[in-house]
Amino acid sequence: MARKKSKNTNGAVEKKLVGVADSVITAAQRSQDPTLSIPVRSLANINFNEKRGIIEMGRRKQARSFFNVGMAKKFMQTVLVADALAELQRANLTTSLREIYYRTKHTIKNSHENTFDGQNESDPLIEDLEVTLEALREELHVRAENSGTVVGPLVLVDDGDRVDCTRLGKGGYSVPSIVEPEYIQITKCSADFVLLVEKGTQWNRLSEDKFWRRYNCILLTGNGQPPRGVRRLARRLHQEYGLPVYVLVDNDPWGYYIYSVIKQGSINLAFESQRMAIPKAKFIGFSSADPDRYGLPRNVGIKLNDKDVNRARELLKYKWFQKKEWQNEIKGMLSSGLKYELDALANKDFQYLTKTYLPRKLKEKDWLD
Amino acid sequence: MSKPMLKSKSAMAETQIPQPNAGLSAAEMGARQQEISVSEFFTKNRHLLGFDNPRKALLTCVKEAVDNALDACEEAGLLPEVVVKLEVASNGDTAPAPSQANRFRITVIDYGPGIVRQQIPRIFAKLLYGSKFHRLRMSRGQQGIGISAAGMYAQLTTGKPVQIISRTGAKTPAHYFEVQIDTKKNEPRILERKEIDWENHRGTQVTLEIEGRYQKGRASVDEYLEQTAIANPHVKLVYHAPDGETKEYPRTIQELPPQPREIKPHPYGIEFGILLRMLHDTKSHSLSGFLSSDFSRVSANLAQEICKTAKLSADMRPRNIHGAAAETLYKAIQSTKIMAPPSNCISPIEEKAILHGLYKQIKGEFYTAVTRPPAVYRGNPFVIEAGLAYGKGPEQAANKPELPKAPLAEGENQNDDNELARVIRYANRVPLLYQQSACATFKAVLDTTWRNYGVPQSRGALPAGPMVIFVHMASVWVPFTSESKEAIADYDEIRKEIKLALQECGRRLGVFLRRRERAKGEFRRRNIFELYIEEVVEACNRLKGGKLPKEKLKEQLQKIAMKRTGGEKTDEVLGFDGGEPEGLPFSIIVTPEGTEGAAPMLINGGTNDVGAPEEAVDEEDQPTRAEEPVAEARSTTNGKQKIAKVKQQSGAKRPDPKRSEKPKANAKRKKR
Repeated sequence: MARKKSKNTNGAVEKKLVGVADSVITAAQRSQDPTLSIPVRSLANINFNEKRGIIEMGRRKQARSFFNVGMAKKFMQTVLVADALAELQRANLTTSLREIYYRTKHTIKNSHENTFDGQNESDPLIEDLEVTLEALREELHVRAENSGTVVGPLVLVDDGDRVDCTRLGKGGYSVPSIVEPEYIQITKCSADFVLLVEKGTQWNRLSEDKFWRRYNCILLTGNGQPPRGVRRLARRLHQEYGLPVYVLVDNDPWGYYIYSVIKQGSINLAFESQRMAIPKAKFIGFSSADPDRYGLPRNVGIKLNDKDVNRARELLKYKWFQKKEWQNEIKGMLSSGLKYELDALANKDFQYLTKTYLPRKLKEKDWLD
Repeated sequence: MSKPMLKSKSAMAETQIPQPNAGLSAAEMGARQQEISVSEFFTKNRHLLGFDNPRKALLTCVKEAVDNALDACEEAGLLPEVVVKLEVASNGDTAPAPSQANRFRITVIDYGPGIVRQQIPRIFAKLLYGSKFHRLRMSRGQQGIGISAAGMYAQLTTGKPVQIISRTGAKTPAHYFEVQIDTKKNEPRILERKEIDWENHRGTQVTLEIEGRYQKGRASVDEYLEQTAIANPHVKLVYHAPDGETKEYPRTIQELPPQPREIKPHPYGIEFGILLRMLHDTKSHSLSGFLSSDFSRVSANLAQEICKTAKLSADMRPRNIHGAAAETLYKAIQSTKIMAPPSNCISPIEEKAILHGLYKQIKGEFYTAVTRPPAVYRGNPFVIEAGLAYGKGPEQAANKPELPKAPLAEGENQNDDNELARVIRYANRVPLLYQQSACATFKAVLDTTWRNYGVPQSRGALPAGPMVIFVHMASVWVPFTSESKEAIADYDEIRKEIKLALQECGRRLGVFLRRRERAKGEFRRRNIFELYIEEVVEACNRLKGGKLPKEKLKEQLQKIAMKRTGGEKTDEVLGFDGGEPEGLPFSIIVTPEGTEGAAPMLINGGTNDVGAPEEAVDEEDQPTRAEEPVAEARSTTNGKQKIAKVKQQSGAKRPDPKRSEKPKANAKRKKR
């Protein structure tokens, strides 16, 4: 566990966590079944706020009661997780999801039953508590993996250390999972835009070619679905410095969805959209029109499998993909029956991405909103 | 020319084209052609009779001798009692250990009717000699090959004759015979005959010395005897194993199964050729007489009707019907509606006895048995019976919770044993131990969708779980796939019946499993709450900074838990929830003592008017095995329920079902 720089420790989150215990005690006093009411985290319970361009959580809630055979264990586990989170608050520490799992795992007295049998049991409970208590994960002191990297004309202060992202070689600065102003301060940013790349390989290519220097941009990657730290950093750069954000992903349904999460927020944690989403983010590629436009041969495509097709059909139904261009984009992929990886651009030239593809895209303002 | 027609052509060719080097004349070949005796044939093809390897040979010999003993006793109306003794036979040296030995002496003694002196040699030393082949009546043996083949095998491998002692009554002397088979002539050769003193008043003792191997486990003599005991609870078996152990399988049913009657063939499914032969051989002088006297279920009226349909005169002489006329007759028979054959030629084991047998030999929690109504294949009536024993038995079940010695780590699973069900197969009460996958019963088990009944089953595999599936086919003629009687041939009619029986068993198992699941759920519910309350209270206490009156919160929560689980639970265990209209006829459920404190009981439904009218079962029929059955019997509203829930003293020896008390007087059905 990493010791966090203590700045403003307000007891608000801790109070919320203790509230879980209070609800149990109150219910017990009244001889009622202790019940937590947890907002539903699913597609059925989100609304797309077109005006704000973000996904918002609906009002539907589910009751989790203790004296219900199906829920008893989950209820007990939720209380345990709340306890562990409160412990973090008091000790002023941050931790990972996995460590929470280990912290709360033990054998139940007089039995051989474990409180948790796997991390997959504890992770959703943390998200449950996030939405129930309306506390962000950072506020709960739970961090995700550092799996994002940044490079470009940007100067940060992290734990009092000055980090100049122009002087970090090819490797760049590893984005921590919590980038709130209390932890990371942005002292200088002279870039013109942010380029968020899905894959580390393309990010490496761009970094190696010093693309960021030539086009004066900040290169960010999240290695797949970007973690909160990366999304939050992009959002801060967008909001605090007014930088446009361009997203470069593979041409497949998962790429589209990554873009939509950056833009509108995720279904699972819709309540965080207002802090994470970048409604103005642009989809720069890889578009299903690009193979034609850039003369990529058909044989570097990959056949869509059933899962891809189903996922694409789901995307077509999402409210935030209802724009005509987007319907055309996704249908274009479905009708071609192929998906393309960004890596496929290397078929033309190793530096095709840096030297031809992106420059042309930026010049032609060829992106989707 | 003595040559058969088929060969004559080639023989002619040989004579016409001279071949100086090779080739024989027809006359030379003819000189070599000779009759093959059946015993010579089987000496060479002993695998056809189940003597392919030493281990199987040992089993086959025991099996033939025991089957004969049981058949004889039953036919004479005596409750069978059979002693089987296996000893290592040594050639002077010290006897090797049973697992190492390759020579065994088998002795089978029964206290049956005995055999008259004149018949002894032929029964034991002449193949295809017996009383069972030419009649349509259910018996274990069919062809009259078995025991003499065993003797032949002994003769072949050790050179020792078969030794027989037989006595037909206390007033007659016992005869001792040593016989061998003259394989050339298929005739007995008597090596020794004398009158001796024998301690038994009546019965037969056969001793064979053969080359064999003794190994326990699957398809062993031990397994055969155990399975025999399951399907024949009226038999007392004593088994002296070669390792000196003595196992006794006591008799649990004191009455003989009803004597099967001999019947005439049923017209349905009889082959055309057989009809022709019967027409030729009949003693009747008219067609209608032939039909009504040589077939079962054909009345004089029906015979007239068949004649009319076939447009043949009822007075026609059967011998004069050939060709087209015979064919129309055959078709007419097949198209006439004829009653199913009488089933009194078959004596099924019956549900009650199957239940006794399974319960006696297999430890489980749930038992059920089904006897199907008689059906017909190829004109032969047959009855399919199925049974099921499910679960690990109270003793094993009691041990179960202690299994996970340590809390489980991530990725570990509690139920790692993927035990598959065991199928035990019988034909006319004889266990079938080999060629399981070729058997119609096995195929039917695979065909049944056990998943519908809450038992897991992978595709094309046996269902998984602690389960023994019992299938019995009783028929006047069981169609085996080979002479060694290892697998039942896969006739559609047979497979269908087996499936129906298995489905009924499965359905009952499903009811039981669901009921148990529910009861368990209730039990678990309170358990869960009790376990989790502690956790929740501790966590709340920590959240509140350790300043919580823990005991108070705990009490409050426990009170809520009790309130929430108390009432309904008891009702469900007692089966009063009314949600389950279906009963479980012919089933036993065993629960270990102390389950939930709910009184184990014996629900004894009244005989039902709707369900199975023939097998109206009285309280006496219910296998109750508790010394003091806490009998709280009641008839459910639909009168169908017939579950025997038996209180089981954990660790206590299972009392003999028969010796146990009947349900108390108040355990009467209210309905009638």
